[in-house]
Amino acid sequence: MHKQVKISKGLDIKLKGKPQPKIMQAERSKKYAIRPVEFYGINPRLMVRPGDKIKAGEPVFYHKYDERIKFTSPVSGTVEDVIRGERRKILKIVIEADPKDEFKDFGIKNPNDLNREEVLEALLESGLFPVIKQRPYDVIAKPDDDPKAIFISAYDSAPLGVDYEFTLKDRLKDFQTGVDALKKLTSGNIYLILNNKIASKLEDTEGVEIIKAEGPHPIGNPSIHIERFEPITKGDRIWVVNPADVANIGAFFKTGIYNPEKVVALAGSMVKEPKYYKIKPGAYLKDFLSNKLKSGDKRIISGNVLTGSDIGKDLFLNFYDNEISVIPLGKKSTFMGWLPFFGPTRKSFYRFNLIPSRKEMDLNANLFGEERAFVMTDEYESVMPLDIYPVHLLKAALLGDVEKMEALGILEVAPEDFALLDYIGSSKIDTQELIRKGLDVMQVEMES
Amino acid sequence: MRFIEKFFKKYEHLFLEGGKFEKYHPAYQAMYTFMFVPDETTKRGAHIRDAVDLKRVMFTVVLALIPATIFGMWNVGYQYFQQAGGEFTNWDAFVYGFWKVIPLIIVSYAVGLGIEFYFSILRGHDVNEGYLVTGLLIPLIMPVTIPLWILAVSVAFAVIIGKEVFGGTGMNILNPALTARAFTFFAYPTFMSGNEVWIPKPENADAYSGETILGALGQGHQVAYTWKEMFFGMIPGSIGETSVLMILIGAALLLYTKVGSWRIMLSTLLGASLMAYIFNLWGANTLMQFPWWEHLLVGGFAFGLVFMATDPVTAAQTRRGKWIYGFLIGVFAILIRVFNPAYPEGMMLAILLMNVVAPTIDYYVVQANIKKRMKRFEKQMA
Repeated sequence: MHKQVKISKGLDIKLKGKPQPKIMQAERSKKYAIRPVEFYGINPRLMVRPGDKIKAGEPVFYHKYDERIKFTSPVSGTVEDVIRGERRKILKIVIEADPKDEFKDFGIKNPNDLNREEVLEALLESGLFPVIKQRPYDVIAKPDDDPKAIFISAYDSAPLGVDYEFTLKDRLKDFQTGVDALKKLTSGNIYLILNNKIASKLEDTEGVEIIKAEGPHPIGNPSIHIERFEPITKGDRIWVVNPADVANIGAFFKTGIYNPEKVVALAGSMVKEPKYYKIKPGAYLKDFLSNKLKSGDKRIISGNVLTGSDIGKDLFLNFYDNEISVIPLGKKSTFMGWLPFFGPTRKSFYRFNLIPSRKEMDLNANLFGEERAFVMTDEYESVMPLDIYPVHLLKAALLGDVEKMEALGILEVAPEDFALLDYIGSSKIDTQELIRKGLDVMQVEMES
Repeated sequence: MRFIEKFFKKYEHLFLEGGKFEKYHPAYQAMYTFMFVPDETTKRGAHIRDAVDLKRVMFTVVLALIPATIFGMWNVGYQYFQQAGGEFTNWDAFVYGFWKVIPLIIVSYAVGLGIEFYFSILRGHDVNEGYLVTGLLIPLIMPVTIPLWILAVSVAFAVIIGKEVFGGTGMNILNPALTARAFTFFAYPTFMSGNEVWIPKPENADAYSGETILGALGQGHQVAYTWKEMFFGMIPGSIGETSVLMILIGAALLLYTKVGSWRIMLSTLLGASLMAYIFNLWGANTLMQFPWWEHLLVGGFAFGLVFMATDPVTAAQTRRGKWIYGFLIGVFAILIRVFNPAYPEGMMLAILLMNVVAPTIDYYVVQANIKKRMKRFEKQMA
């Protein structure tokens, strides 16, 4: 019998531009970038210089405080440039891609025949280890930890979420091998979160505890299920891996090469034909997007519209993301736009919704107001299915009060769990950022 | 509307950094954002945002107050002409009341917003929208005969002592509108209670009687009104509080838009019904014998329940806390009414009392959550 999780708190935001179930091969980009800033808490030490030739799977930089954690090139090519920001902080390493990939050979292995150390080493060497994120703190995992459990969520409940059932339909064997590899890394369970409303092919995966989840977003977020089955207390480590990355881990063991290609959704109301593309993380998207978007000002996001990052200036696909969302920018003022019933409205907390609406909305990136103090105290609790008090936790995070944050449950959350609070808040407070800062303070305090 | 925006943009530079009126930027910003929701896009956090902001939330409450306000104007005239005798139309009543009430509203907004702007400029913060609601609430819970200068003083007291000293909207402990009323009630009692403040006194009145129902009950008198009059609101009282029907229309809007908490409304109703019912069983004096459901129709109970108890800043902030908070407001409102007839307006005092207690309720609710976490930790360690 599968485990069941149902929640009622939360909000489904239906957006226009849902990707059609069609997979295309994206044209190969001319350049790729690896951006150390994406890897939270990593201090990069470069291993290449501009002009160096590099194969796919060869390291570009490593983590200063744990040299085993390496970050490798997604393609073969020539290191074109290392772009630095303030205080010489490395922003990105740009690689000019060869017309065809040359892969570093790691050798074909069956994870079932390996021990923990061997699996770990393979992942660390290939640059796949950083796909594993750790709770608490929502940072890259530490190789020496034995996590209490590993959670894989194949249910993306976010607006315009990726349909992993579809993107992984031809990679079920890779996925199984990936799970086999992860199995070696934990003495606990591996949990796989699936949408209860559909019959899933992933259900046949062996060696996992299946959780069938039902309810509004954020039902797909691992935090909800971690809280139910493996609640985090001080000292615990839980690992979280995206299912597409699990399949890539499997493919790596089966082929012996590092090829991080993923099926990525191109979605949103500003996309002409929203669908899926096979593409590698780090790809420069300018040529790829050139004829696929509608005209007009837009916000190009790597990731989903709630938690993704604005890549309009940069146009490199992020390492972790399985989606590119493009929505209208909405940079225009509205005359008396705050008038109730006359100004712009959205399906939200501030509507009495007995019957969930099927209508898809075309939302833009306008802020619709100015930042204010916390006033409407009920709105946050309505979209927070975790057993925490969001207002109190956010206030503690704002003050950087370590003891209070811990008592109020900050170790159990990730910034993504607060994304709906950002959306819904009438005071326009950036709660995800507050939580991120709170987690940083906690980590420094607890681990020093 | 673009010409208005152009006008604003033309003078914006004067208020920006280095401009001539730099420190008045909050005032400029308040005026501009009142006319236009700015074109700002999201920079951090979620890329899409709900179209709701505090202006809309506050204005929704103002809209919810409009039925009670209009009815209150009519009722002022109606009560006056009843006393004065002679023929009158509903329109006459409304026009009479309109000219009595409008000056109160204007003074309340002018004084309150003036102080809010002053503090915003002083602090360099944006002007918060909270006073949009408070500014209308204050006149609606005053007797119509209140002198304008007393109103001005109480507004100033409420905004400065009730709100700004705590840090402005979102930080205050007491509901500012009730702070104004409580201040007036204790500082100028002769203007706030008795039989003659609720209705403007006609010049030719011989037998003038304008006592409120609760006032009458406190004196041991019989109630001279039917429950229908109480429900529809043709009774003396503070301007906005008399018509339960009009307040219910406002409540419906607040509940539909989820701006008002149904948890607080329901629990307050339950608390008051239960307490009044217990007193009915006891029945030692006229106030105790007053039917429990009529308690809910008279005085400031309905108005306080819908518009004051639900103030999200001063209420308990957790859902569990809201249930406790509302229930106790209901209980105390009736308790104060019955045990202390000198202060017939138990609702006001009950809400203010619970405003003070609300953070403590939240503290215990949150503490229970923390304890659960601690237990888990200890279990793991053991």
